[in-house]
Amino acid sequence: MKRRDFLKTSSALSAGLVVGFHLPAANAQPAGATAGAAEINAWIHIHPDDTVVLKVARSEMGQGSSTALPQLIAEELGCAWDNVRIDEAMLSEHIRRNRLYVSTATGGSRAIRESQSYLRQAGATARVMLTRAAAAEMGVPEAECEVSNGVVHHGGTGQKRRFGDVAVAASKLTPPKEVPLKDPKTWTLIGQSLPRFDIPNKVNGTPQYGIDVQVPGMLHAAIVQSPVFGGKVKTLDDAAAKASRGVTQIVNGLEWVAVVGDNWWRCNQAVKKLNIVWDEGANGKVDSAEIRAYLKAGVATPTKVGRNDGDFDAAFKGAAKTFEAEYYVPYLDHTPMEPMNCTALVNGDKVTVWVPTQSAEASAATAAAAASVPLANIEVFRQQLGGGFGRRGGFQDFTRQAVTIAKAVPGRPVKLLWSREEDIQHGHYRPATVAKVRGAVDASGKLVGIHGTVAVQSILERVRPEALVGGLDPQGVTSFADSYYDIPNTKAEWFHAKRHVPVGFWRSVSHSQNPMFRECFIDEVCAAVKQDPYQYRRAMLVNMKGKESVRDLGILDATAKAAKWAEAMPANWFKGIAVQDAYGSHAAAVVYLEKMANGALKIRRCVIGVDPGYVANEGAAKAQIEGCMVYALTAALWGEITIKEGRVQQSNFHDYRMMKLSETPECVAVLAPTGGFWGGMGEPPMAPLVPAICNAVFAATGKPVRELPLSKMGLVWA
Amino acid sequence: MDFKINGKVMSANVEGEMPLLWALRDELNLKGTKYGCGIAQCGACTVHLNGEPVRSCSLPCSAVGTAEITTIEGLAQGGVLNKVQQAWIDLQVPQCGYCQSGMIMAAVKLLKDKPKPSDADIDAAMTNICRCSTYVRVRQAIHHAAKMA
Repeated sequence: MKRRDFLKTSSALSAGLVVGFHLPAANAQPAGATAGAAEINAWIHIHPDDTVVLKVARSEMGQGSSTALPQLIAEELGCAWDNVRIDEAMLSEHIRRNRLYVSTATGGSRAIRESQSYLRQAGATARVMLTRAAAAEMGVPEAECEVSNGVVHHGGTGQKRRFGDVAVAASKLTPPKEVPLKDPKTWTLIGQSLPRFDIPNKVNGTPQYGIDVQVPGMLHAAIVQSPVFGGKVKTLDDAAAKASRGVTQIVNGLEWVAVVGDNWWRCNQAVKKLNIVWDEGANGKVDSAEIRAYLKAGVATPTKVGRNDGDFDAAFKGAAKTFEAEYYVPYLDHTPMEPMNCTALVNGDKVTVWVPTQSAEASAATAAAAASVPLANIEVFRQQLGGGFGRRGGFQDFTRQAVTIAKAVPGRPVKLLWSREEDIQHGHYRPATVAKVRGAVDASGKLVGIHGTVAVQSILERVRPEALVGGLDPQGVTSFADSYYDIPNTKAEWFHAKRHVPVGFWRSVSHSQNPMFRECFIDEVCAAVKQDPYQYRRAMLVNMKGKESVRDLGILDATAKAAKWAEAMPANWFKGIAVQDAYGSHAAAVVYLEKMANGALKIRRCVIGVDPGYVANEGAAKAQIEGCMVYALTAALWGEITIKEGRVQQSNFHDYRMMKLSETPECVAVLAPTGGFWGGMGEPPMAPLVPAICNAVFAATGKPVRELPLSKMGLVWA
Repeated sequence: MDFKINGKVMSANVEGEMPLLWALRDELNLKGTKYGCGIAQCGACTVHLNGEPVRSCSLPCSAVGTAEITTIEGLAQGGVLNKVQQAWIDLQVPQCGYCQSGMIMAAVKLLKDKPKPSDADIDAAMTNICRCSTYVRVRQAIHHAAKMA
C-alpha cells in the first residue's frame, strides 16, 4: 500500500467513517511472539514452522473472545487450528500504526459482531496471498490451487507448499482488495465449541491479572475516596499513617488520599489511620428516598419524546380498558471479583500502565491526560481482567489515580489497588429508575396503545455526549422506542434526571431495567384480559413483517418450545415469560419457580433463548447465557445500592449480596441462530430474564411486581 | 516468620497480624491466591492449611504456625494436574477465572472428604462467590471429577 493511501484510510478510520476494510502492508516491525514470523497482515503472522500467530485486539474478560475472534480469522485463512497461537495486540502498535486493529475495546457486546467482517476478510485476503505465492513457486495457475489445513495443493501436478514455506513471499505481495467470504453453510471452525486458549492457565493460578502485576522496584498503594461523590479533602492529618510500618508516601489527590508503601495490606491499614475531614458539599444530604421522589416527579414532566406512533392519547381515551403502573429499580454496582486496580510508572515524560481494562485506548487517553504528556508517550500493558461487566470501560478513574500517584514517586512503578469497600462505594452504577407505563386495550383485549415514560440519568452524556440525539439519550427509552410489537399507538418519553451519583454501563445497561417496565406491564394486561402471556405476545408479533419482529417471534417460539410452556408443570410450580431484543440479538426467557409448602419461593429453572444470528463459539456463547442468568437473578432478588447522606451504604459482600452456587437454578441455554446477521452475546441474555422472573412471581403470588429487588416484596425465598 | 508452603519452607518478614493472603501475595510472590473481599465472604483467597480450606484474607500469619500451606500453585504434582483442575479444563469452567483458584481449592477438599458428592454436598461445600457465574459448570465439573480415576 502506498503511504498516501495508508494515510487516507487511517484518517477515515480515526474519524470512524471506515466502511470497508483496510489491510496495512508490513510497514513496521512487529514485536513479541510475532518476531521471526512473516506479517501477512495486521492480524496474521506465520512462522517458517507453520505456526500461525493471530492477534487479539479486544479485551478478554472471560467471555471467550480471545478464542472466538481467532476462529473467525482461521475459518477464512484455511490454516490448521492446531497451529494457531494467539498474541496480544499491543496498544502502542495500534496507535503508532494509525489504529491498525480498528478497535481494542470490549463492551456493548460488540467484540465479535463489530470485528467479524474485517477479521474474516483478513483471513480470506491472507489465504489469497499465500495461495498466490505458492502458485508462483510451483509454477502453476493460482486458480488451480486449493487450500486446506495450512497447505496449498495443486492437484494437477501433485505439488504442495505449506503456509510456512511461502509466508515471507506472500507478505511481500499487494493485498487483494475484497475477497469473497465463505458461505456460512461451509464453515468448519466458526460456531464450534473449540476449547478456549485462556482456560488451561486459569486452573493453576498463573494468569497475571492487574492485581498480580509485579515489576522491579514496585511500590503498593491503597486509597480512600471521598465518601460523598464529588467531595474534596478539607483537612488531612496523615501523621499516624506516615509513621506506620512500610509506608513511604502519602498522596493527596483532593478527591482521594492514597498511601504508598511496600505491601498493600500495610498501606490499607495505614489508610484507616488517616484523619481526613471532607468537604462534602450540598450532596452530603442526599438519600435514596429523595432520589426516588425526584424520579417519580420526573415521569410527570418528561423532557424528550423518543417515539410517537399513532395517537396514544386518543387511544387511551377511547379504550375499552386502561392500565397504569409505576415501576422502580435501584442503583446497582458491577462488583467484579477483582477490585479496581492499575499499576503506573512515570519516567520523565514517558508513562507505562499495567491495567485490566475493557478499553486500552481509554486507559491510554486517561494516562496521557493525567500525566499531561502526548498519547504517543504512553505504553499500556493490558492485564487479565478479573471481570468487567462494564466497570472497566469508559470510566478509568483507577488509571487516573494510579498515574497521579506514580507522578509523586517518579521512576518507581506503583500498583494501586482498591479495597472491596472502595470498589462498592465508588462505582459507576446502573442508574436508579422510575418508569410510568400506561396501556389502552380494546374490547377484544388487544393492546392498542402503550406509553412508557422513563425517568433516569444519562450514562452516555458522561462519556459520549455527542451520542445524545437532540438532547435525547436513546438508552433512556429502550424497550418502548424500539418495541417491535404490533401496538399501533406507541409512545416513549424520557425525563433527563440529573443526580450526583455517578452512573455507568452495567451489564446490559438500560436493558437491565427497561424490559421489566414493558414486559411486566404486558403480564398485568394479560392477567386482566385472561390471556396466556406467551400467546398474547405471539399475537402481537405474528402479523408483523419487519425482520426484528420476525426474529423476536422466532426466539419467543424457540424458547417457549424448549421450556415446554404449554405442558403441565409439577405441582406448585409457576412460570413467567418475556422477550426482548438487545445488542443486535433477540432473546427470550421462561422462568419456573416453586411455591414451597411453607410459602417460600424457589427459582427452579431458567430457560434462556438467544438468536444472535451467527454463533462464533457455541460453548463460550452458552457460558454467557449461564453467566447472565446468575448476574440477572442476583440483581432481581437482592441487588440494591442505597444512598444515605450522599454516600453508598453497602460496603462488601455481607450487605451487597451475591447469588451462590447452592441458590443457582437449573439453566437451559437455548442458542437458536437464524443467520444473516451478527448480534451480541455477553448482554442479550440479561434482557428478558428479569421480567420473566418477575412475571413468574406475579403468577405465583397474584401480586404484580413493580419494584426491585424482590427481597423487598415481603416474600420468603427458599 | 517461616512458612511451609507447597512443600517448601519460605521466609517472610511480616507482622503477626498480617493476613496470610498478603504475605503470600506481596511478600512471597505467590499470586494465584486472590483478594476479593477481605472479610472471608467470597473465598477467592482459599488455601489449604493442613488440608483444610481456609480463607487466607482473614487468617493472621501468627495463627499459621507450623501448618502445611497448600496454594493453587502447589496443587499439580510433578506436572500432573489435580483431577479437579483437569475437570475444570474438560468442562471449560472458568470465565474471567479470578475466583477459580479458591473455587478449585474448595472442590479439592470436597472430593477428598466425599469422593462421590451429591448435589447437596456440593451446595454445602461450594460457598465461593463467582461474579461471572460459573456455578452451573462448577457443579458439573465436580461430578465429572468424581468419575475420573
